[in-house]
Amino acid sequence: MSETLVKDYGTLRRELAARDRGLREKVMTLDEAAALVRDGDHVGVGGCTLSRTPMAMIWSLIRARKTGLTVSRSITSTEGDLIFASGLGKKIVSSWFSQGIVWGISKVMRHHVEKGLAEFDEWSHMAMGLRFRAGAMGIPFMPVRSMIGSDVARILGDEVKPVRCPFTGDEVMALPALNPDVALIHVQRADAYGNAQLDGLQFMDIDMAMAANKVILTTERIVSNDQIRRAPDHTRIPFFTVEAVVEVPYGSAPHECYGQYEPIFAQLDRYAALTSKDPVGGVKQYLDEMVYGPKDWPDYLSKVGMETLLNASRRGRVIFND
Amino acid sequence: MTEHSPTSTVYTASELIAIMAGRLLTDGQIVFAGVGIPLLAATLAQRNFAPKMTILFEGGVIGPFIKPGELPPSTNEQRCTRRANMVLPSTDVLLLLQRGYVDVGFMGGAQIDRFGNLNSSFIGPTDKPTIRLPGTGGGNDISSLTDMIVAMKHEKRRFVEKVDFITSPGWIDGHDSRARRGLPTGGMWRVVTDLAVMGFDEKTREMEVLALHPGVTFEQVQDNTGFTLRRARELSVTTPPQAEELALIRELDPGRLYTA
Repeated sequence: MSETLVKDYGTLRRELAARDRGLREKVMTLDEAAALVRDGDHVGVGGCTLSRTPMAMIWSLIRARKTGLTVSRSITSTEGDLIFASGLGKKIVSSWFSQGIVWGISKVMRHHVEKGLAEFDEWSHMAMGLRFRAGAMGIPFMPVRSMIGSDVARILGDEVKPVRCPFTGDEVMALPALNPDVALIHVQRADAYGNAQLDGLQFMDIDMAMAANKVILTTERIVSNDQIRRAPDHTRIPFFTVEAVVEVPYGSAPHECYGQYEPIFAQLDRYAALTSKDPVGGVKQYLDEMVYGPKDWPDYLSKVGMETLLNASRRGRVIFND
Repeated sequence: MTEHSPTSTVYTASELIAIMAGRLLTDGQIVFAGVGIPLLAATLAQRNFAPKMTILFEGGVIGPFIKPGELPPSTNEQRCTRRANMVLPSTDVLLLLQRGYVDVGFMGGAQIDRFGNLNSSFIGPTDKPTIRLPGTGGGNDISSLTDMIVAMKHEKRRFVEKVDFITSPGWIDGHDSRARRGLPTGGMWRVVTDLAVMGFDEKTREMEVLALHPGVTFEQVQDNTGFTLRRARELSVTTPPQAEELALIRELDPGRLYTA
């Protein structure tokens, strides 16, 4: 399915206007939230590499057998493999795609892209960020001084274009705004209305939330609105961007959630071993065992293992002792 | 078999690259560092001789002090934020490059050519690649907007006449082609390998060997390079890694995550 590069401004405004932006409770289950995503949607994914990946939500979308998504993220790690291998998405828009340098190049990404089974559209990291920012600002494009003179811009064809500054005459690159249909964002805490507070690294999540038509928020815990109002300066995502709030402890596992838990290296090492030996069979085995197999998210966490989770939490909380 | 003792003066190729690259940094600089050897080399310099140097990570971090033994798996995890002065959205830390706050960008590379262009995207044709590499990350932004140091292994398949794909622009086709293509600032400054330190001719912008590591000959460097290298008029020899530098690097990376 081909999507329009830059969403029409009138449509963007109408879509937002049609949403109920009142202060209302939106707490629901992972399954209910998954139903808010339509096949073929453009889905923005929050966090970066192994950080605050909305893993539980992606896991639920795969289990719900959603399909045909275009997925955009700053940097894509193992969740990208699962998106391709499960058929959830056939196109990933990102600046970098592999599990992480210590595990080498993703064999699953290579298999899908080299065989033409799926697309990986590459943009520079700052270009990804500025595309979400333009989307958040309600403007159709953003000028940038990178992506110039490189083949990264060349193979994107008409998706990026040089423009001349009307004031100085400088030639800059025009990046198309990116307004996802849905943004999936995992945070440390949020209230029932969707006011979200983030600890640590924000990546592109705030721009992505503002750019998207709606946000599906997963949170380590739901807190009271009173608690949010005691520290409104810590609120990073306002409730009116949010359409669903799902409480999911360890919702990024096996990736990390700042101050809560570090990456679960044992599981990441195991995944890398499985997929580097056999990119097709290995990822299928992983999907069967860890995505389709478990009865629910707590059951998935049981498979990860209590001791492993506690160890990751211990490492995660260390940050507050510095 | 490599000696793994923290006090051994036998070093791995990665340790050599990290130490030599770290020495190129200056106290007080603002350094945008990528994951792996660049992160290690910048942290080494910071602890060794450059306490006023500020490290930036694309995850959004300003001025961290990486904790020994807790190296991050990328520049986007909480381990990158230890004792930092500030965390920003990643877009805004990258915009510091565009605004001009960054003195030097510091990255690894998969493939480099005579004019310092880097490829981390495709081996073979883009429509049917032999290998789809992970991509630019922040590499394109960093190399487009500031002076660059690249740290990599010196192999013929990595040092090629012309890269298959320009992910991160160096001097493009040499001479003033970088500026003519619309990149008026920055450019490839140094390439550090396990054999030598290279720069680029001021006029032609061709890669030039500036210094050889101890025990390495110019011919050896040339033999491991897929194009004809220029040779600096006064070719120097680097000081071998010192015991303190090796001890520090092994304290930072005891599990040999980056220096295997």
